Amino acid sequence: MGRTRRHPNGSGEIGHFLGGLEVALVYSLYAIVSQLRAGFPLPLLPLLPRSPQIDMGYTKDQLLARLKELQIDFVCYDHPAVLTVEAQAKYVGHLGGALSKNLLLKDKKHRYYVVSALANTNIDLKVLSQRLGLGKGGLRMAAEEALQKILQVPLGCVTPLALINDSARDVSLLLDQGFKSQQSCYFHPLTNEVTLSISASSLDRFLISIGRQPSYVDLEANPAVGKDNPPDLASLVPSGLPTLPDKVENAVVTSIPTGNDGLTVEKPTKLAVEAKRSAASQKEKLQKVQSSIDPLAEATNIEKLVKEILDKTSTAFLNEITKDLNDPQIAPSVSDVVKRRVSSDLEHMMMSLKNAAYTQGFQAGFQATLRSSLQNLSMPR
Amino acid sequence: MVEEPTKAGFAGGGDRKGEDEQVVNPWEVTAKDGGKIDYDKLIEKFGCQRLDESLVRRVERLTGRPAHVFLRRGVFFAHRDFNEILDVYERGEKFFLYTGRGPSSEALHLGHLVPFMFTKYLQDAFKVPLVIQLTDDEKCMWKNLTVEESKRLARENAKDIIACGFDITRTFVFSDFSYVGGAFYENMVKVAKCVTFNKVVGIFGFTNEDHIGKISFPPVQAVPSFPSSFPHLFSGKDNLRCLIPCAIDQDPYFRMTRDVAPRIGYQKPALIESSFFPALQGETGKMSASDPNSAIYVTDSSKDIKNKVNRYAFSGGQDSIENHRKYGANLEVDIPVKYLGFFLEDDAELDHIKKEYGAGRMLTGEVKKCLVEVLSELVERHRKARALVTDEVVDAFMAVRPLPQMFG
Repeated sequence: MGRTRRHPNGSGEIGHFLGGLEVALVYSLYAIVSQLRAGFPLPLLPLLPRSPQIDMGYTKDQLLARLKELQIDFVCYDHPAVLTVEAQAKYVGHLGGALSKNLLLKDKKHRYYVVSALANTNIDLKVLSQRLGLGKGGLRMAAEEALQKILQVPLGCVTPLALINDSARDVSLLLDQGFKSQQSCYFHPLTNEVTLSISASSLDRFLISIGRQPSYVDLEANPAVGKDNPPDLASLVPSGLPTLPDKVENAVVTSIPTGNDGLTVEKPTKLAVEAKRSAASQKEKLQKVQSSIDPLAEATNIEKLVKEILDKTSTAFLNEITKDLNDPQIAPSVSDVVKRRVSSDLEHMMMSLKNAAYTQGFQAGFQATLRSSLQNLSMPR
Repeated sequence: MVEEPTKAGFAGGGDRKGEDEQVVNPWEVTAKDGGKIDYDKLIEKFGCQRLDESLVRRVERLTGRPAHVFLRRGVFFAHRDFNEILDVYERGEKFFLYTGRGPSSEALHLGHLVPFMFTKYLQDAFKVPLVIQLTDDEKCMWKNLTVEESKRLARENAKDIIACGFDITRTFVFSDFSYVGGAFYENMVKVAKCVTFNKVVGIFGFTNEDHIGKISFPPVQAVPSFPSSFPHLFSGKDNLRCLIPCAIDQDPYFRMTRDVAPRIGYQKPALIESSFFPALQGETGKMSASDPNSAIYVTDSSKDIKNKVNRYAFSGGQDSIENHRKYGANLEVDIPVKYLGFFLEDDAELDHIKKEYGAGRMLTGEVKKCLVEVLSELVERHRKARALVTDEVVDAFMAVRPLPQMFG
């Protein structure tokens, strides 16, 4: 092959693309911001609700500050991050308070429940499901993503205190009535590195302050549910419509929780099987054809990538800018204008990148196959 | 696509009586009496359906994103069985896209890109695979090019097509000279057996003087609608439906295909059809490769674009400023506004321009300035993307390879 070919700079160098992106974004945002500072009116754009990235969940400190405002007594114990009740017990189990195990559950209609119980209370999800009027297999563990999206807490950190977040407004709370007889109960205050010791009545005051009615339930009770005995916990099923996108629903439970959810060893396998089965039937019910999650397909999804890049960049920019701007409400609409201007170009650049990278891989694969075939041919039989 | 009339190709349908009927077929498009193409009559004559608002809304709902500009503005305005494709998609089944180009010249203009821009949107919105046919054999026959030249043009055109932003993990590009054979050829023979000589004369207007290459060409453009023509892609998926975005002058090929398909046990392809892209000098003018000022080419510099738009774009404005302020512009014939209808994404801005210009408050110069901006950005972006399409990229797009991610 004697042809000489010119290789344009861009096709192999990622730096070229990011350079363009940075320049485009920075220039757009700068142009808009300097206009704002100079007092130019922006075109009237609908003010959008604050994006989730800006509206982060409460931090531990913010929660504790709120408790202090309410004049609620509490004690905090710091320890290394713990993911299970057993691990937590190592650090605070000897202090006399009641450890809690906390589950985030969901039903078939995408409604969520936090069940908070004493560590040694037996929880039978099948029974609970019937008592809530959801049928026999209506409850299962929620996916990891839901912890983040709805409660805004990390894995192993489910806690009734997470209901302080607006994202959890439709979550129902079931409290073990066993808490009432305890002097102090232990919960995570939105982080795995601290245990909060608080009395049940104080917890009630907190819940009432965020607009919740504390509901204490005998979690071990197993009343018959049938025609003459309506489900006794039916009133605790959330009535509001859930606001989650479908994506969270489709994720199959990835880890078998043995953590702060405090399940004994036998139960996880049963639940995992149940979870898998109901997830599988949910998948079948879904109209869209969903391929099993292929990480490479996810990584080469250009629209998703562009959206994430722009979201991250504009969040970072906005956080810096809102310090200076007089009217912080304008900021989100500015970021939308910028995103719209830049998205299209960015998507095209990414597609060129994708095609170029595929081509390079394709050639490499072809050469590799060629070499190996030639080698095989020249091997002595 | 509007092409210059060739020696061989004339009236389609066999019912042309003199010059007082409009002529629309793959080789010639002429309006009646040098006026505008009557699309309603065309739809009626061809027997396809209008693409109405409700279908556009349905597309938006199913794809979860705003419809493409061309759908919103009625550029793609007719269809055959598009609603069936949407039904299929809604049920969770997939379909594949098929479009193509006759590589007759090196220089592509914006009108040539229209179907490809729309096809890219369809690929992204529905996440489906696409086959792109380059009919180098057709151009070799009709334009009397050498085989080498038509193959070369096919590869050059492929670069511009790929630069529109097709996804290599979901797209197979092929040229007839390279690909025809095997299962593809088997389907060609199956189709050819179902179409009599009389029929092709009726559909395409062939005569006894036309060489047999032309007469036997139509099956080549028909069979990419059938998944079994691509065993490396769709083996085992014989029931996969096909959607063909094209300009409405290609309808005859696919009328024939739809007629034949059930007779050989295949699904009929669905079509979504666009109107013609007007020449710079106006609807009645002819876009022709010999007149570079009749269109904006993807190789034009910003200066060229500014020059062409300012000097040659047919204006619907009045002859004097006073008259213009009094009567407003004639939006029916104004080319800059028509071009903005194709390429200005922002609906609100376009409406504003139409309103102000139509009322006479905005002058032609302003509209042209806006158009120059929009076109320059478009051409610049295309140029950049095109520079990144090397011969290796074309080879990869054209390699006969499986596409495991094609429905992902």
